[in-house]
Amino acid sequence: MHTMTVNQAIASALAEEMRRDERVLMFGEGVATKRADLMQEFGAERVRNTPLAEAIIAGTAAGAAAMGLRPVVDLLFAPFMTLAMDALVNSAGKLRYLSGGQFSFPMVALAHTGAGWGVGAQHNHNLEALFVHAPGLKVVMPSTADDFKGLLKSAIRDDNPVIFFIDLALGEAAGPVPAGDHLVPIGQSVVRRAGCDVTLVSYAKTVGHCLRAAESLAQRGISAEVLDLRSLKPLDEAGLLASVRKTGRLVVVHEASRTCGVGAEIAALVVERAFPLLKAPVVRLTGPDAPAPSSRPLEQAFVPQAPAIEQAVLALLREPALS
Amino acid sequence: MHRPLSDTEQVSMLEAMQLIRRHEERLAELQAAGRAAGTCTAVGQEAAAVGVVHALGADDLILTNHRSAGHLLARGADPGRLIAEILGRSTGYCKGKSGSLHVSARELGIVLTSTIVGGELSLAPGVALAQRMQGRPGVVACFFGDGAACEGIFHEALNLAVVWKLPVLFVCENNQWQAYVHRKETMPQDHVRPWAAAHGLPAVVVDGNDVEAVHAAARHAVDTIRVQGGPCFIEAVTYRLRGHFEPDDQGYVDADELTAWKSRDPIQLLARRLIDRGVLSEGEWAHVRQRVEATLDAAFAFAEASPFPSADELITDVYA
Repeated sequence: MHTMTVNQAIASALAEEMRRDERVLMFGEGVATKRADLMQEFGAERVRNTPLAEAIIAGTAAGAAAMGLRPVVDLLFAPFMTLAMDALVNSAGKLRYLSGGQFSFPMVALAHTGAGWGVGAQHNHNLEALFVHAPGLKVVMPSTADDFKGLLKSAIRDDNPVIFFIDLALGEAAGPVPAGDHLVPIGQSVVRRAGCDVTLVSYAKTVGHCLRAAESLAQRGISAEVLDLRSLKPLDEAGLLASVRKTGRLVVVHEASRTCGVGAEIAALVVERAFPLLKAPVVRLTGPDAPAPSSRPLEQAFVPQAPAIEQAVLALLREPALS
Repeated sequence: MHRPLSDTEQVSMLEAMQLIRRHEERLAELQAAGRAAGTCTAVGQEAAAVGVVHALGADDLILTNHRSAGHLLARGADPGRLIAEILGRSTGYCKGKSGSLHVSARELGIVLTSTIVGGELSLAPGVALAQRMQGRPGVVACFFGDGAACEGIFHEALNLAVVWKLPVLFVCENNQWQAYVHRKETMPQDHVRPWAAAHGLPAVVVDGNDVEAVHAAARHAVDTIRVQGGPCFIEAVTYRLRGHFEPDDQGYVDADELTAWKSRDPIQLLARRLIDRGVLSEGEWAHVRQRVEATLDAAFAFAEASPFPSADELITDVYA
């Protein structure tokens, strides 16, 4: 077991996978400049700077993946992905199906997302639900260094296009990472804290906010279970339902805006599949349906914080039980 | 210099062009009768398709666009399987999941067909990068129109292919039409070539209705790519003789312009040239046309007799 930051975990996963499989290459804006270690070890063929042109970066990745390479592209910031949307959604996500299975698209698109840098709405926008909605893609959004490493390695080995979001505020967060060829499967959630009164479901940095809320709730004698989804597509339905069936109460927490967000899907799923076991209505705590602000206090207010989560749980426990 | 095309090769190219033409016309008839979904044809552009594709080798790959039937048939696609795909049958190249607009055929080196205008330009550098990095010799031919040339991705693709020295043959079939809009409304100049040339790659304009001229330019470009490594660009100036999306009454088309281009029909040009040279008799040309009809009779019969995919196929092939 090593302790490393999320950024180190990402670098370590990239180096290990490039060492393991010569078909893995990486390109994007400033990739070769900023990842000098990779550049030095693997050379200019496999670690490439590109023009500042997200559409051709993503398209080139899709074309290369179709013909047998396993590209990882760095699209820098999630909002830039809107420029790469055609290649990601219409090509990488659809062309396997349209070709009747003749081609596959083993590629990974990395992008930073989330509050923490004060750079405003054109560099900070949680777009994960857009990609979850697009067929043929997988979407992961880890919260710990351990998962960043294990999920990125799995994403690179996956034969499908994976959108890999890196919550900006987590980059320097450190944690233990198992030594060796550490893989975390895509599509499995993990219980970060066990509890029996309410389930707090989240992903990325708001998992930490849920854990802090759970600690505070514990001091009041309330036992909150915190479930970290890690993968948004495929979604670990079994893990989610198992937790909700145990606690009977659900609060979904994410930074992305509410309407048609991942929380809406989770709420619908739980109502469809576990309604008789619910003791109270499902609650969603999300960012507003507004662009992310730049001003730091506003940016922080955008993200559901631990006190708000705690309040939501207290209100939920006061709710009369569903008959 | 390459040897000139032999008489046999030229007759074979004429037959390929006739097969493409009649495939599209017969499909349009089927659509007019309500027996097929609408498609985008490339009637009038057969010389560009056949001229370029016949200059490619077995290792070379093709990316194309929604007017792809010519490229597919020129590459040797089975007309029955192609029509089956267009009619949504399970015997089609993509099991009926692509329809007419996204046909790909890996066995023929047809790597994906895009109906997003410019989508093929987006993928082409990556396909070529995979060829290069995996030590495969093939050149990647990417067919697109003047409409795609007006998209930003055209410049992004050419720029990256030049900077990374990728083996891409960019083929702009300038057919004067961008869906329902004439090229003159959207482009200040007549040609795409200056935009391409500005990216610093060899770029030529060729008469896209003269299959010999297209073929010569394509042979030269493919050789250049094989020797020099980097990309080349060909603009084949041609004309879309039918509408954008069948059925289409072409009510928006300038009749004089259409008539002028019909008088330069690429199939008539080649047939007349071969007859004048004594390579082909009128009788032999009639025989070629009969053979094409027989091929298509069998192909349409095969396609229409083929089953539709079962509903189970709705969710297969989404993930690898």
